[in-house]
Amino acid sequence: MELDQLEQDLTEKISSAGAESALEEIRVAALGKKGVISEKMKVLGKVTPEERKTLGPALNGLKTRIADAISARKAILEEAALDARLATEKVDVTLPVRPEPKGKIHPVTQVFEEVAAIFADMGFEIREGPDIEDDFHNFTALNFPPDHPAREMHDTFFMNEKGNGERMVLRTHTSPVQIRTMMNEQPPLRVIIPGRTFRCDSDQTHTPMFHQVEGLVIDKETHMGHLKGTLTEFVKAFFEVDSVKTRFRPHFFPFTEPSAEMDVGYERVGGELRIGQGDDWMEILGSGMVHPNVLRNVGLDPDEYQGFAFGMGVDRLAMLKYGIPDLRDFFAADARWLEHYGFDPLDQPSTATGLSR
Amino acid sequence: MKFSLSWLKKHLETDATLDQVVETMVRVGLEVEQVENPAEKLKDFSIGEVLHAEKHPDADKLKVCRVATKDGEKQIVCGAPNARTGIKIAYAAVGTYVPGIDVTLSKAKIRGVESFGMMCSARELELGDDHDGIIEAPQDAKVGEPVANLLGANDPVIDFEVTPNRPDTNGVMGVARDLAAAGLGRLVSESYNLPESDFASPQKIELEFDDDNKNACPAFGGIYVRGVKNGPSPQWLQDILRGIGLRPINALVDMTNYVSVDRARPLHVYDADKLNGPIRARLGRADDPSFVALDGKEYKPDETMTVIADEKNVLGFGGIMGGEDTGCTEQTKNVFIECAYFDPARTARTGRRTGIISDARYRFERGIDPQSITPGLAQAVAMVTDMCGGEPSRIELAGDPPAGTKKINFPPAEVKRLTGLDMSEEEMEKILSALDFEVERGATWTVTAPSARPDIEGKADLVEEIARIKGFDELPEATLPPLDAVERPKYSKAQDRVRLAKRALSGRGLLEAVTWSFCDGPVAALFGAGQSNPDLVLANPISSDLGVMRPSVLPGLVAAIGRNAARGRKNLALFEVGPAYITDQPDGQRTVAAGVRAGHAQRHWQENSTGDGVFASKADALNVLAAAGVQTGALMILETAPGHYHPGRSGILSMGPKNHLAYFGELHPRVMREMDVDGPLYAFEVILDKIPPGKLRPTKSKPALNASDLMPLSRDFAFVVTSDLPAENLLKAVRGAEKKLISNVALFDVYEGKGIEDGKKSLAIEVTLQPMEKTLTDEEIDAVSQRIIAQAEKATGATLRS
Repeated sequence: MELDQLEQDLTEKISSAGAESALEEIRVAALGKKGVISEKMKVLGKVTPEERKTLGPALNGLKTRIADAISARKAILEEAALDARLATEKVDVTLPVRPEPKGKIHPVTQVFEEVAAIFADMGFEIREGPDIEDDFHNFTALNFPPDHPAREMHDTFFMNEKGNGERMVLRTHTSPVQIRTMMNEQPPLRVIIPGRTFRCDSDQTHTPMFHQVEGLVIDKETHMGHLKGTLTEFVKAFFEVDSVKTRFRPHFFPFTEPSAEMDVGYERVGGELRIGQGDDWMEILGSGMVHPNVLRNVGLDPDEYQGFAFGMGVDRLAMLKYGIPDLRDFFAADARWLEHYGFDPLDQPSTATGLSR
Repeated sequence: MKFSLSWLKKHLETDATLDQVVETMVRVGLEVEQVENPAEKLKDFSIGEVLHAEKHPDADKLKVCRVATKDGEKQIVCGAPNARTGIKIAYAAVGTYVPGIDVTLSKAKIRGVESFGMMCSARELELGDDHDGIIEAPQDAKVGEPVANLLGANDPVIDFEVTPNRPDTNGVMGVARDLAAAGLGRLVSESYNLPESDFASPQKIELEFDDDNKNACPAFGGIYVRGVKNGPSPQWLQDILRGIGLRPINALVDMTNYVSVDRARPLHVYDADKLNGPIRARLGRADDPSFVALDGKEYKPDETMTVIADEKNVLGFGGIMGGEDTGCTEQTKNVFIECAYFDPARTARTGRRTGIISDARYRFERGIDPQSITPGLAQAVAMVTDMCGGEPSRIELAGDPPAGTKKINFPPAEVKRLTGLDMSEEEMEKILSALDFEVERGATWTVTAPSARPDIEGKADLVEEIARIKGFDELPEATLPPLDAVERPKYSKAQDRVRLAKRALSGRGLLEAVTWSFCDGPVAALFGAGQSNPDLVLANPISSDLGVMRPSVLPGLVAAIGRNAARGRKNLALFEVGPAYITDQPDGQRTVAAGVRAGHAQRHWQENSTGDGVFASKADALNVLAAAGVQTGALMILETAPGHYHPGRSGILSMGPKNHLAYFGELHPRVMREMDVDGPLYAFEVILDKIPPGKLRPTKSKPALNASDLMPLSRDFAFVVTSDLPAENLLKAVRGAEKKLISNVALFDVYEGKGIEDGKKSLAIEVTLQPMEKTLTDEEIDAVSQRIIAQAEKATGATLRS
């Protein structure tokens, strides 16, 4: 049979084709417009119907089989070509990647945002105020009488005296913002007040600038039990522990009455400080019910309104929670310290995802 | 303030242990800072008896002793001259830590003779300075008994913080009263009465104040004691004073120190024979001579100070310190004891002005009990006559002491209102009475505060008294009721911008720093302010290089880059979001996000882009602005950054021509030189307060996405422009050529040099066209290209590069 011979020849050529170009030549020679099989197909119209009945299917079958054989061979050749190319394409994957400087968030920022997340959950908004204050907001309105020894407890930075004799101060605490808030807004108030504070003191445990966060609640029913409950919940949430031992001790602040300091229980395990358990006590914040004189000074009737205030050191909270040894390093901007104690920008504190990783 | 447990027990009858005393003090608000218990320190030392002492075979000055101890008989080699047979000594066993020489004893061989332990000197036990020999305990001491029992060293000393509101606790009696009220025992303070006397004081007192200044010293009392014999005070008084760290001087001085600590009642004793005529309390005068006070220093009074003077001399500052010339000595025969009330505020001012620090000042400026003049004199006279003999006069008193008591209307429901504590009225009354308040119950109580408590002003103070004695442990623990089932966001827009700026910058690889709000005056001047604004200069800076409020956040960061570089850290980018100070008023403080990049990138095997410092900082600024919600594409870029930037390599990002939101660029080489930091440094400052608040929209819905199904296409153009043309001008012109079609214009090459005429540069841009309705025909594309070329030429004079 002529067709059988043709198929055998073509099949042999196809399977021995070594390159895609050779294969393409075979395809054109067989199936192209003037290819052998195409030429034979053209003859189909001239043969008898009887002959066509057998020749037609035979030719069509041949055409299909050859086309399939070509594409099968083509796939094999393509694979081989890819393998050959891949064999030449090799990189040293152990080469280091391009360094991407890793930015960090300062512990003061991180801890403040943690504090804000906790108090936001308890309904506290954020208020801020200026660092350079007048005597009224920093002292007088907060019930520090002139010449009172309580003023001397604050090592105050003074600005140069002005022509009119007025002497501005660098705020010694964030409490003046309590005054500004109460004078500008009507109760009920629930705010926290973060910011820079300044005292003329510099040694191993004091820096002339540090950070406080202050809290203030004013309404018609908040009492000292709320203060105790709120701060205990705060400490638990902040240190991310299930329970915490706290102790409230009477203390003195001119702007609160009654006043209390809060201690938390702690212990040292190895070099680590564990807050919440243990037999030792550490003072962590000052607090109290807002003094009636302070309420009067901002135009509120202390028989109608009441509430609590508290204040604590943000830097100190950071030191306690994250085991940072020296306050002075907070402000030295040593890259090694910032990289070590700083936080990844992805670590956005949230009470939903956790305050810290 | 320090006191010993035995001193407390003169006022408080109690079985309480030291721990209970301390714990109760803390609970009622007397914050104990330190407890020194000598017995604790000496617990390892016990009495031993030298059974036999003989000369060391190989050393003349050493003795070999056989000593009976709690551990049995021990051989101890000792060098003390008084080590001899029969004496009772302080024995320290091997393994004991000896505080005075900071050594833990081990078994020793001294010149060939074994020694097991030590016989201690006073200095070795930190009981005194004596090191001439070992301690000899009383003969009736028993072997094995703790040393502390016998050496008067078993009296613990408590040191606590006296808060400014509690001047009464500057006396041991005040502490005892609090403890008794808290249920720790019974107040048993001795009370003293003025002695009977048949003669009036020959020493007279006068108050010389005009009506305006009467309150400087409203009352002044005294008693004259004739025929005293001054000398060392009795042992008990010396011991009790030494126990709290006071050096005994003589009986008269020791008496004043004792009464001051015992009752918070400062006194002064004059040698009456050295006084000239009546003594007066009055304000200082311009012509007053200076005088030498008891501290040996010379002081000059002024018209604001209360002085005590006689006819000839100024004798001292009232309530602060007496004079040297009229003080008592061992020879003193006749004394005049002063007991007065001085105004706290004036005392505080005089104290600050003179810089004198004394126990009297400390107590007077916090406020003493104005009713304590008579009882104070009675106690003083009792002690003086007891110790020094003599005959007291009748009391001499000028003026009237202020009552010092205050009546307060007190609704007992205040306790519950302010603290949440449920207490019976009986319990409240009991507490107040124990604290020496007088209570008249009724619907509203009338409570009279004692004269020793100047801090009590009103209802809230009484609530504190009741609550603190009851104990804050008893307060209920309540939580604040939620304001909403789900709390609303609590950050304001401006506060959130600060948060976002920090997260954006740290995300770009910068490290957040916090640097001082103050800087050096000359450095502040480099950044455009500081010394020029006297309002921002500190009167009492911690050091001169932290003397003015910073006008910019950059100085601290630049200095930090310098410090890090000095440690070998060259590739560093720092940022800070914090205040810059323009005036001393609340609106003169700005919140600025600023950063500095040092221009040394880490070398890497892949090629690094270098020299992009200006544009890295520009990108930093743009990122902060974008994070803050600014449409950065609409910003103008000006070339007139402030003077601390390199004039040719810096810019301003401005909203419209006036609202300069940010500066960026290379810092001026002069700034680098003056601050002694190696440049170049690239910086930016975004003044967050200048960003307009975003518009509040009624929904969070975003506009519909207008994405075309049609393929975007791009065309490249190379324009030749004059070298000084800001590229932004060309880009702006091209963007505006066909706003509907042009979706992006990217500058991909800036070239100056061969092939380009001098004074010109080539800017190559890729323009992306995004057809929205139908595919563009070649003709339409050509038409857009022509418009781009025409627009570029019209706006900037650009020609197409041939």
